[in-house]
Amino acid sequence: MTKLTTLSEAIRQYVHDGDCVFAAGFTHLIPFAAGHEIIRQGRKNLVLARATPDLIYDQMVAAGCARKIIFSYIGNPGVGSLRIVRQEIEAGRLEWEEYSHFSMISRLQAGAAGLPFIPMNQTAATDLEKANPQYKRVVDPYSGREVIVVPPLNPDVAIVHVQRCDASGNAQIWGIIGEQKEAAFAARHVILTAEEIVDEEVIRSDPNRTVIPGFIVDAVCHVPYCAHPSYTQGYYDRDNPFYLAWDKISETPEAVKAYLDEWVYGVKDREEYWQKLGEETRKRLEVAPRISSPVNYGQY
Amino acid sequence: MNYSASELMTINSARLLRDHDVVFVGVGLPNLACNLAQRTHAPNLLMIYEAGVIGARPARLPLSIGDPTLVSGAAAVCSMYEIFTLYLQRGNVDVGFLGGAQIDQFGNINVTVIGDYNHPKVRLPGSGGSMEIAAWANRCYIITPHQLRRFPARVDFHTSAGFLDGGDARAKTGVRGAGPQAVVTNLGILKPDANGELVLAALHPGCSFEQAQANTGWALKQAETMEVTPAPAEEDLRILREELDPQRIYI
Repeated sequence: MTKLTTLSEAIRQYVHDGDCVFAAGFTHLIPFAAGHEIIRQGRKNLVLARATPDLIYDQMVAAGCARKIIFSYIGNPGVGSLRIVRQEIEAGRLEWEEYSHFSMISRLQAGAAGLPFIPMNQTAATDLEKANPQYKRVVDPYSGREVIVVPPLNPDVAIVHVQRCDASGNAQIWGIIGEQKEAAFAARHVILTAEEIVDEEVIRSDPNRTVIPGFIVDAVCHVPYCAHPSYTQGYYDRDNPFYLAWDKISETPEAVKAYLDEWVYGVKDREEYWQKLGEETRKRLEVAPRISSPVNYGQY
Repeated sequence: MNYSASELMTINSARLLRDHDVVFVGVGLPNLACNLAQRTHAPNLLMIYEAGVIGARPARLPLSIGDPTLVSGAAAVCSMYEIFTLYLQRGNVDVGFLGGAQIDQFGNINVTVIGDYNHPKVRLPGSGGSMEIAAWANRCYIITPHQLRRFPARVDFHTSAGFLDGGDARAKTGVRGAGPQAVVTNLGILKPDANGELVLAALHPGCSFEQAQANTGWALKQAETMEVTPAPAEEDLRILREELDPQRIYI
């Protein structure tokens, strides 16, 4: 069954005011186009969850979409501070719930696995545990020692960008696979964005590469270059100069507003955004092919 | 010979790595230190990156922890849950590199907040992988400039455990890793004594104990045998400048 739809329709249908949203991707495959569409549609009071909020949540917080943020590292990766999220937290205008990477990802794993909580070994650093009441301790019934536990995270909607999927949402990812699978299984609804929509036969030619099965997917959107300024392995490079530029832009509210006006509100969709980026940037982000050796599944 | 503080810290950090170490690498100076060690005395160093990359062979300087160059040509890629469980929690990581806004007398690290947690004066990025790396890697090394504000007697917030209050406090918690084994600064190298207190174990050429003390927020002790680190070798500097960071982004 085809689940193909436009990104704007998918956001309209599956992202509502007040929802907990998980836009997946650890540095790789971050679905910026979906974040921009949420901003354009004016969603409010969202709870934004990601291990690394990255620029996508900085922009969504700047645009007034968020009530709360759930995270484990609020930096601009490779650059420094994530200024807007940081300012909003320091000013007391944004609620936050904080974890280490491992406990954040464990919450998602528990959510994906249908568990009531998930244990982790102690780390001897107890201040975050004291600051965030979601962390608890239970006694391991086998050893009698205490372990740290966190509850499942089940977002209302996960947005996952992939290299390729078929029309029913069987999705393949390669490169850094972060937490996409866990996010999709943990969430109540799943929106896929894809660089390429391929025939089901392409997916079935390499089933081990399928990370998300179509039956848990609600919407499939064909959105080439969705991840810019993040990247899609094998398709285009990370736009590191933009991550540096955002550090500058996010210094003043005026520059942020001008950016959002020009690059989010001022464009209709990702295609227009990608064209607007210009030939020079597109050329700079091109990547030479490096093809893997095929594997033999056998004809049985 | 001229070299920068970053080059000095990178080269001294590289020297701490042993051949066949499995290293949990971070971007910036740790990445340079590991790649330098791999090209010199530790050809069998296995580099693991937090983003879930095992046996990376970066062909260019990675500018973020999830740079695509880490994946192309790597031995394996896994999910974040797997990197923190199968690799780190299970005890498969020999060395972790850490930085910090604050490092205290007992090697505890703060990368979370300056001031009160609920009403932060300065909100820092937070743990990321730091909390678990500090707990579970067999050995941890910290790279940081030697500045008074970075070396308070006590951290404002325990993001990652060093030796807690010293003595057997860390051991009593049962965490598997041995904790911070060295802090490499631009002035020298601090190492924990038997009580877990960071003491000055080495000075870089031309640096003095007085300089180190002036930039440390507690009464700094000297190790029984104080060493002077060898000056950076020309070949190490060449590799850093010509091969690893030709645009001088981190050095």
